[in-house]
Amino acid sequence: MQELENQLESRSGGAASALDDRPTPDPAPAGGAPRKGRRRTKDTARGTASQWTLIWKRFRRHKIAYVSVWVVVAIYLVVAFAEVLAPSTPAHQNATYTYAPPQQLHVYHETEGWGLYVHGFIVERNEETFANEFEVDESSYIPVGLFVDGEEYTMWGLFPMNTHLIAAENPEDPFYLWGADRAGRDLLTRVIYGSRVSLSIGLVGVALSLILGIALGGISGYYGGKPDTIIQRLIEFLMSIPTMPLWLALSAAIPTSWGPLQRYFAITAILSVLGWTGMARQVRGRFLSLREEDFIMAAQLDGASKPRIIFRHMVPSFSSHLIASLTMSVPGMILGETALSFLGLGLQSPAVSWGVLLQDAQNLRTIETSPWLMLPGLALFVTVLSMNFVGDGLRDAADPYK
Amino acid sequence: MGRYMLRRVGLMLVTLLAISFVTFWIIQLPPGDYVSTLVAQAEARGEVISPERMAAMRARYGLDDSFLVQYWNWISNIIFRGDFGDSFAWNRPVSTLIWDRVGLSFFLSVSTLLMVWAISFPIGIYSAVKQYSPGDYVATFFGFVGMAIPEFMLALVFMWIGVKYFGQSAGGLFSPEYVDAAWNIGKLMDLFSHLWLPVLIIGISGTAGLIRITRANLLDELYKPYVITARAKGLPEWKLLLKYPVRMSLSPFFSTVGWLLPGLISGETIISIVLSLPTTGPLLYGATLSQDMYLVGSFILILSALTVVGTLLSDLALAWWDPRIRRSYQGS
Repeated sequence: MQELENQLESRSGGAASALDDRPTPDPAPAGGAPRKGRRRTKDTARGTASQWTLIWKRFRRHKIAYVSVWVVVAIYLVVAFAEVLAPSTPAHQNATYTYAPPQQLHVYHETEGWGLYVHGFIVERNEETFANEFEVDESSYIPVGLFVDGEEYTMWGLFPMNTHLIAAENPEDPFYLWGADRAGRDLLTRVIYGSRVSLSIGLVGVALSLILGIALGGISGYYGGKPDTIIQRLIEFLMSIPTMPLWLALSAAIPTSWGPLQRYFAITAILSVLGWTGMARQVRGRFLSLREEDFIMAAQLDGASKPRIIFRHMVPSFSSHLIASLTMSVPGMILGETALSFLGLGLQSPAVSWGVLLQDAQNLRTIETSPWLMLPGLALFVTVLSMNFVGDGLRDAADPYK
Repeated sequence: MGRYMLRRVGLMLVTLLAISFVTFWIIQLPPGDYVSTLVAQAEARGEVISPERMAAMRARYGLDDSFLVQYWNWISNIIFRGDFGDSFAWNRPVSTLIWDRVGLSFFLSVSTLLMVWAISFPIGIYSAVKQYSPGDYVATFFGFVGMAIPEFMLALVFMWIGVKYFGQSAGGLFSPEYVDAAWNIGKLMDLFSHLWLPVLIIGISGTAGLIRITRANLLDELYKPYVITARAKGLPEWKLLLKYPVRMSLSPFFSTVGWLLPGLISGETIISIVLSLPTTGPLLYGATLSQDMYLVGSFILILSALTVVGTLLSDLALAWWDPRIRRSYQGS
């Protein structure tokens, strides 16, 4: 979807600036001497502030984007500290609690007083379906603590630890804030761990497309002529192919013997091979318009070399736009990985990603009885939505001199 | 105009050639070939195929030839005989398997395209004319939400709602009694009664995107001097709006087919898998899982070809609609 947005932006040429319809502050002073004075000081501030300060100031005016940026930061903090934040470990199973529904976290108990706790379950086995049936046991009291010792893990694969930000004080007790899956594993834990793969694939994929996009878009825009024509045809060609069937075919060609890490990079490569086109168009457009600018001509007359002109003069003046369009293409990658894994063609368990988790929700009967298995989709939705808002805000703020 | 059309058709043929080449390359990617698949199947049944017979079969299918020769055999069979090769899993010619499904797929995509236009055009205009009104904020919000929900998630949620609250499954395109029936009015009506949900799901992200474009384009036009001139002449507001700026901002409706169509086909593929619609999606999915590569290759080829043709038609429509574009090609 995001990729559509990018394509749409680049296809309709000037749409990037056309979409910039945020209210510009009224430049005309409303009259009165004190106002005039204030305006002058503001202008001087504008003249001396660095470009990035101006961008940040303008970005903050886009309120939703400003809020979203903190949401995104929070999400990436979750990615970084997944082990501590998760109440359990992703592989920890408990057959008693298969498909246990989410528990509600309470703060006040009539007899025990203030303190975090959840209710336990009365588990009964349905003799016909052999499925466990759960009923909340109002009388049971499972104390929940912060920074409790629980399942052991190795932080960042380096330090063995067992502290969890929030968990049941007795590790034997059930604690499923987002419910459990078919093996009685905690869904919240798995969503937190899954964010690592799902969110990093977006960054790695975008980094790859960035390299391809800058290189090819730069050649295309700076040199023009034959190379430009060839690259443009290549981009048009890649854009005209429906991505999903091609992704399916390419990921089916990944050998089944490959391990999770190899698969991870293969999927990333597949996503970015088709994903760099929007970026390249953007870069080319910027190069084309910058080439005509006076300061570039001045640099040329000064005898600056081509690489110096490109990297010292041209790239800095569109890097803000570049960052904006990078932000806009991360969600597309994330959605692509999720879709592929959801279909069973991307990453495969025991690797944990949001798409792999959503695979459990593919079956209509399962989501009918345990709808909480769709919760990874909620995490995905919040992530993609906030990234889109950030991208939108950055695009509006990218050119602060307007 | 004639020269422009000729150039575009020529370009399309080159694109198709490139697509067919890439497709064939993908078919060849997985280790093993047609004969080794057959041998594996025979061994699974407990039969043994002698090395001589294997060699004979390899020779018959031309599997020992170089990549280019094989490619030529494959593509010439398709072009001259309409023969897409055999599906390993179905043991039938690919061409007998796919045409029904390709037809339904394209029907679904085109219906979605029409719905996307029908919804996003009025909303986009409203959004631009009443910029920063509550209605505009609602449309913008819907736009962002629509772009952030993956199609398959939406399908899952709709299916869940259908089962939970209406007690019926949302999957399929036909009621059970019509699945194998011949085409008649009843079946067509039945199709339409099932069609709206997949169309809605596939169309949401495209609609969201197009609302944003229409709004932005119209906003660009709305404050141009010619609009002020027309207003000063005393033209009624609605007539002015429809006659000048809206007409100018209509161009994206043709030019966006090029990116909308591949997106719709993509969305259609994954939605069909989730909702198990009898279109190309599930068959393509099954084929990729079992590495049934001729089937996969043919699907990609046909879907891409149809997309490229669709894009060409939209470009021609754009040249017909917008005199500025027409002129720019006449000049060169």
